[in-house]
Amino acid sequence: MKNQMKIEFSSISENEAFARVTVAAFISQLDPTMDELTEIKTVVSEVVTNAIIHGYNNEGHHKIYISCTIENGEIELSIKDNGIGIANIDRAMEPLYTSKPDLERSGMGFTIIENFMDSVVVTSTPEKGTTVNMTKQLINSKTVYN
Amino acid sequence: MGLHSMFDVKEDVLIVRLAGELDHHEAEHLRDSWKDMIYSNSIKHVILNLENVSFMDSSGLGVILGRYKEVLQLGGEMVVCSISPSIKRLFEMSGLFKIVRLEENEAFALETLGVAS
Repeated sequence: MKNQMKIEFSSISENEAFARVTVAAFISQLDPTMDELTEIKTVVSEVVTNAIIHGYNNEGHHKIYISCTIENGEIELSIKDNGIGIANIDRAMEPLYTSKPDLERSGMGFTIIENFMDSVVVTSTPEKGTTVNMTKQLINSKTVYN
Repeated sequence: MGLHSMFDVKEDVLIVRLAGELDHHEAEHLRDSWKDMIYSNSIKHVILNLENVSFMDSSGLGVILGRYKEVLQLGGEMVVCSISPSIKRLFEMSGLFKIVRLEENEAFALETLGVAS
């Protein structure tokens, strides 16, 4: 059966931990491995951090939206902001690229996201915002359902 | 859960012991205190003990890279020790092991830098 949850929270860095722990709690009903749980938490942390630092330029009065759906052991995760958007998505996803080198960003966020998820689709409109849609099939669930 | 950081100076080596979760929120605080410790003591090398870090993302890599550059300027070396498998994966993914040396534990890392523990 399809199961979905949605959360909405302020774009402040304190909420990075809240977001990853909340998503991890929701998917824990699929009985993920410790590695899978860490991967999902890392990915949520990366995308939410991007929304705060880049999308909203560190302004805390905006909102970030997460929607997570689980069905047949597959996780569909969508993280959205209404920030400044990404002008060049391909460049943003290059390993080690960062638009803010002065902030000591490693430029590895998207590389980690792509490594940890099965699919990653970034949709962005300048001045309107960015949505990152991702999917991941859990290993345990695959053997049960397929 | 947050992050706790503990600093210890042995000769010209700064030992940084972290516990908890290292994300963007925590990285900003850590950067300031870590930088302060490097420049207010006669530090050449840094040992980063990650034994009790339960979570880390690319913001953690950023703050480590930033301190690596400073240590390099001082003619020293950065050594990481007691690292969990999931953090090891992040280091491998980002190529950090090409510039930062990995040792099994803190005592051994100190020994390789010529300091008796």
